[in-house]
Amino acid sequence: MHCIRVVATSLVAFVLAGGALPAAEPTPDFEREIQPILAEHCSACHGVDGASRQAGLRLDTRDGALAGGDSGPTAILPGKGAESLVVNRIRSTDPTTVMPPPETQKPLSDVQKALLERWIDAGAPYAPHWAFVSPKQAPVPEVSPPAAHPIDAFVRAKLPAVGLEPSPPADPEILCRRLWLDLVGLPPSADDVAAYLRDGHDATVDTLLASDRYGEKWARHWLDLARYSDTNGYEKDSPREQWAWRDWVIGAINRDLPYDRFVIEQVAGDLLPNATQDQIVATGFLRNSMLNEEGAIIPEEFRMVEMFDRIDCLGKAVLGISAQCAQCHTHKFDPLTHDEYYGLFAFLNNTHEARSSVYTPAQLEQIGSIRARVAEAEAALKASRPTWEAEMNAWAEGVKAGLVSWTALEAIELGSVGGLNHPTQEEERVILTLGMHGPEIFVVTEPKLTGVTALRLEALLHGDLFQFGPGRHGPWALGEVEAFVQRPGSEAWEKVTLVDPSADFSEPESAPPPPADKPNEKRSIGPVANLVDGNHGTWWKADRGPGRRHQPSAAVLRFEKPLDLPAGTKLKIALHWPGTPSLIGATRLSLSTAPSPTAPPIDHACILALAIPAEVRTDADRAAIFEAWRKTVPELKTAEDSIAALYQQWPQAPTTILHLAERDQTHARATRRLDRGNWMQPLETIPPHVPAALHPLPAGAPANRLGFAMWLVSPDSPLAARVAVNRAWQAIFGQGLAEVPDDFGTRSPVPFQRDLLDWLAVSFQERGWSQKHLIREIVTSDTYKQSSRAAPHTLAIDPTNRFLARGPRFRADAEVVRDLALAVSGLVTQRLGGPGVMAPVPQNVLDYNYGGVSWKAAEGPERYRQSVYLHRKRSMPDPLLSAFDAPNGDIACARRLRSNTPLAALAGLNEPVFVEAARALALKTLRDGGVDDETRIRHAFRACTGRLPNGDETATLLAFLDTSRRRIGDGWLDAREVATGSLGTLPALPPGATPQDAAAWTLVARVLLNLDETVSKH
Amino acid sequence: MTAFPSPELLRDAQAKLLRRRWFFRDCGVAIAGMAAATLLEKEGLTASAPNPLAPRAPHYAPKAKRVISMFQAGAPSHLELFDFKPELAKRSGSLPPAELLAGYRAAFINPKSTLLGPKFAFRKSGRSGLETSELLPHIGSIADDICVIRSMQTDAVNHAPAQILMNTGSQQFGRPSFGAWTLYGLGSEAENLPGYVVLTSATGTSGGASNYGAGFLPTLYGGIPLRGTGDPVLYLTNPKGIDREAQRLSLDTLNRLNELALDAVGDPEIASRIQSYEMSYRLQSSAPELMNLSGEPKAVLDRYGITDPAQPSYARNCLLARRLLERGVRFVQLFHEAWDTHGDLVNRMRKNAADTDQASAALVLDLKERGLLDDTLVTWGGEFGRTPMNQGGSDGRDHHNRAFSMWVAGGGFKAGHVHGATDDFGFNCVADPVHVHDLNATLLHLLGLDHLRLTARHQGRDFRLTDVHGHVVQGLIA
Repeated sequence: MHCIRVVATSLVAFVLAGGALPAAEPTPDFEREIQPILAEHCSACHGVDGASRQAGLRLDTRDGALAGGDSGPTAILPGKGAESLVVNRIRSTDPTTVMPPPETQKPLSDVQKALLERWIDAGAPYAPHWAFVSPKQAPVPEVSPPAAHPIDAFVRAKLPAVGLEPSPPADPEILCRRLWLDLVGLPPSADDVAAYLRDGHDATVDTLLASDRYGEKWARHWLDLARYSDTNGYEKDSPREQWAWRDWVIGAINRDLPYDRFVIEQVAGDLLPNATQDQIVATGFLRNSMLNEEGAIIPEEFRMVEMFDRIDCLGKAVLGISAQCAQCHTHKFDPLTHDEYYGLFAFLNNTHEARSSVYTPAQLEQIGSIRARVAEAEAALKASRPTWEAEMNAWAEGVKAGLVSWTALEAIELGSVGGLNHPTQEEERVILTLGMHGPEIFVVTEPKLTGVTALRLEALLHGDLFQFGPGRHGPWALGEVEAFVQRPGSEAWEKVTLVDPSADFSEPESAPPPPADKPNEKRSIGPVANLVDGNHGTWWKADRGPGRRHQPSAAVLRFEKPLDLPAGTKLKIALHWPGTPSLIGATRLSLSTAPSPTAPPIDHACILALAIPAEVRTDADRAAIFEAWRKTVPELKTAEDSIAALYQQWPQAPTTILHLAERDQTHARATRRLDRGNWMQPLETIPPHVPAALHPLPAGAPANRLGFAMWLVSPDSPLAARVAVNRAWQAIFGQGLAEVPDDFGTRSPVPFQRDLLDWLAVSFQERGWSQKHLIREIVTSDTYKQSSRAAPHTLAIDPTNRFLARGPRFRADAEVVRDLALAVSGLVTQRLGGPGVMAPVPQNVLDYNYGGVSWKAAEGPERYRQSVYLHRKRSMPDPLLSAFDAPNGDIACARRLRSNTPLAALAGLNEPVFVEAARALALKTLRDGGVDDETRIRHAFRACTGRLPNGDETATLLAFLDTSRRRIGDGWLDAREVATGSLGTLPALPPGATPQDAAAWTLVARVLLNLDETVSKH
Repeated sequence: MTAFPSPELLRDAQAKLLRRRWFFRDCGVAIAGMAAATLLEKEGLTASAPNPLAPRAPHYAPKAKRVISMFQAGAPSHLELFDFKPELAKRSGSLPPAELLAGYRAAFINPKSTLLGPKFAFRKSGRSGLETSELLPHIGSIADDICVIRSMQTDAVNHAPAQILMNTGSQQFGRPSFGAWTLYGLGSEAENLPGYVVLTSATGTSGGASNYGAGFLPTLYGGIPLRGTGDPVLYLTNPKGIDREAQRLSLDTLNRLNELALDAVGDPEIASRIQSYEMSYRLQSSAPELMNLSGEPKAVLDRYGITDPAQPSYARNCLLARRLLERGVRFVQLFHEAWDTHGDLVNRMRKNAADTDQASAALVLDLKERGLLDDTLVTWGGEFGRTPMNQGGSDGRDHHNRAFSMWVAGGGFKAGHVHGATDDFGFNCVADPVHVHDLNATLLHLLGLDHLRLTARHQGRDFRLTDVHGHVVQGLIA
């Protein structure tokens, strides 16, 4: 390794030259020199956490340190280091008294001890942690020669001290490619390079920022943090439809939605006034958590895991603090208490795990039109019948008077015979069947009622169900309802007969053919009578059709003989659904003692609305009563029929979204602090509140999730802009100005270029949180435009380019590596949005999925969509992308660690899409690359790397091309097989080319696609 | 698997360097790059970064230097295999005592289900008189080489979280696996193979790829699956029509071009990439050579119970594990996801035992005969146990996390020993409980790694395999 030897030699030279050591001993800088020592060596026992604090002493604040601990106020005596107990203890040679205690394995070095003592001598000045104080713009440094761009001024001001000089600008063609890869994740074509040379750098920046491809490239960074995936994770890892959210991100970035708004809509878009479908889709962000559907799980346990994941995600993505520690106990080194963690948690905890249809814009228009026409028809109906309101009220009073009273049953045991289900009973005795659910449940109750005449089953709406229910997944159906009684002292359950079923609505009967193996069995769908006919294959179904599907229903089943169910007598109700897809998600069971109750043929929504005092009814309640009434008036049948016809036109949405929906106030969920983060050990109730060490809730912000979202990105936040700016910098330079992008706390080093970070953060906010502005600011700097070539002495001083004396150079992200190959070979299909696309995955990977996997690799143009659209399966990470370090979406990822492994090498050489790209590049080169081999080599090399090859490179490739041709000609290789993968297939040859050409060029193209310079941004 | 480290690995040193650099500058003393270089050297760093997979010395003298983990996913019933309960047999069909169930949570069943007696007979083997199931004659035959832990405990009662806990020390996804920690702590000694290899039989696991992932560590510490069908390493085979010579010529060309770039640009990552491509070429012969069992004597195949060496099976994976360990692979992990016996307990236990017993025992004996057992850690077990209560009918058992059995061998473990005990029902541990974290602390200890000191910083916190738990179980150590 020639290069390495040069480096080592120059290193020796520098060492020999020697560095002068300081003579004076000035005051240590708290932020850079003292705070890291305290955070690393002292805070675990003398920090924020009162519970684990030793000797009553805290050293993370000056007040605490001066107050001292159990040993009195001598811990730190400002100005008197030698007399301070702290110095005494850190300098102790007695293992029983020395600090930190030897068992912590965090000993202080002599330098650190001296620093602490000198710092106390100097008065022990503290400073608040830099990242928890709002950024301010320091004056742009004066440098010589003067720098026009503030970024360059900040960077250059620090170079002389480390013995570096800025590098010259990169060649324009290289710079063009760098810009393309950074802004749109694709390489420029020859025409694009020509345009760059013609229009210039800044104009190209604008063009690229205006391209749809820009959003596709930059969404990916946010998708990593959002742990975006197309499956639920855990054992079942079943597919989820969440791509509408991914497309929302791409769209938001493309239209440069201001970053504060970008975050607010994702955390609380549903709570914005008149929230649009887009804003609800945005809240899919926090729903990207993994979802456990393993049999027999308790949904609440894993909802808590999801909640922890959401806080973790926001900590990493927006706040830049490691919140996870405070899930179990007060943070040891950053100011986030256990109580404050649950204060943040409480803002998010009052949500439904909702799922809804996502309509296309045209469909939304259609829905708007249906609604308008329904409203028109209703208005016309009211106009034609001026007495409608009085009639309706009289009717409603009559209905109300005829209603019997029902006692909702409280389950004393709730489960399923198969054991797969853990249904739960919630407020108002509603039984929820969430989680991975089988098609039956039983409910054991002890009603303590006599003379019970009937059982009522209500299918109700609930925010945790698809489109708010009542079906768990969509239209529902119920097969059979059974009742059993257990008398005191008996173990036996005696079946009781249910008769005379009635329902508010049953759809017209349909009779599918019986199953092949049971030709004599009856099948029937619709009538409520099917619930008690002893046949699980006949179902009650009450689907009111497209626009009216999601509303409650009720059925009443009478007991053959009135039942006496006194204390000690148990009643068990068993519900059997035809299958998991037909589950009712929210059910309530009630008993009546009235004589002969029935379910009136009035929509149950109206019955529920009538039970509410008129003055607190909502618009929806009033609409339900109006609708039910008008259906009873014969003269209004024509009008009602035309309204029904309108609802039948309700469109079928192409996809759905997991999103947030706020629980209503009457069902608000209290947040409890959890002992050691254990969901089964709740402690006291915690109101929503924000950490004291950070900024307060914005004035006037609501005390709910929306207020919290506004707080996250409030102009007063010391962190939001820094974290966002740092992330963009990291994407472009390969590492952030703050090197740990998800932890700006006291354990992370103070950024070397902190003034630059803060300057950019302030500028970002001042420019309306515009990411496009920020990126433009970065990529128009000379710092960005520098050549990435590293002179040996530069490499010796700054191997990781932290001082930015050269341009960025690193292996591109996984998606960019794949998209590059697709683009240079001409295969790529560029199209915005849509469902995930399945990449080819080797059979021996597919074979080892728990429970199997349904996978069909896309063919044709879809196969070559950009990588941001690949279907991501958590338990089976894409083998190509993961070889290049793409995260699998289990948890939020703020920074990809780049590896460089033989597995990635094999993928680049042999993965099917890469091989197809090599074959396509060969044909493309033969077609467009010129007339002779050398011209073609130059053409293809430039397409891959962004520059023309030099003489050595051209000669190397030409020699390989010739050798390959010869081996093909000699019959060692089969031309068709190399060029197409099949002995019998001819490549689609351009005019004048032979299969032998295609094969030889396929081998060359495969080398070109794997060059370091091809897979790297440089 | 040579590569340069990610920025992550250099971070602490870099941070130190930055603080020191600032110190000099603000002292008002002019320094140049040479000072930085001096510091770099003092900090033990050079400009060319160290190989993150280079073998590293452990914290103290190890008993073992490699690991074979035979993970029986789905959770085998301890009551049918290692923990015989005559009292349970006697009370089969009756309800468990009420005090047993206080505060208990089963996954599927109503805890008030009746007890189900063990379905198989047990017998004593070896000088140690170890009592094992009739289903495991071969494991019984190595009774004096293994240490059975009857008092394992875990926190999770559903498969995926429990597998993740067993393998990464946390129920939360995203943490490094045991194998990744081992590579991170000790590096790799394999020349032409990955340092952490995963072999799967039966079906995929509940925990999926996260069972052997690198978590927040650099991806190169993660387990690499060697596959029983198709390419043993993904994309190992050249595209159709490209022979080995064409591959060699292609790589010669590629390397030559990359070397030219390295000379011009000076980025050490290019050197690393050249090595990676060379390694990929070597893998193209070393992996098939490894997978090719035709050179193994018939007696060896018979001993493992391999009927067709070309067919993937647990038995074949056991033999492959021995071949990997011989070739210096640090950590080999077998996954056999087959043990989730909610129903059809008798038949499935019979089948799973038949699929795994002989080969598991053969691997231990084979390692022993080759002198490898002494410094190899062997573990055999699942993510939790099964309930003494029956599930459905009378032929199934539910998940149970309070007590289960594993066995370990080699590398400093006691041999012919039983550790811990459960109550009359195999329900609770009554002596020497060993939590997952304790087992992991002990395994690391035998590898010469202090579980309190093997840390990796992530988001400001020093993470450990054992999180904030774990005690080395001295009672397991010879």
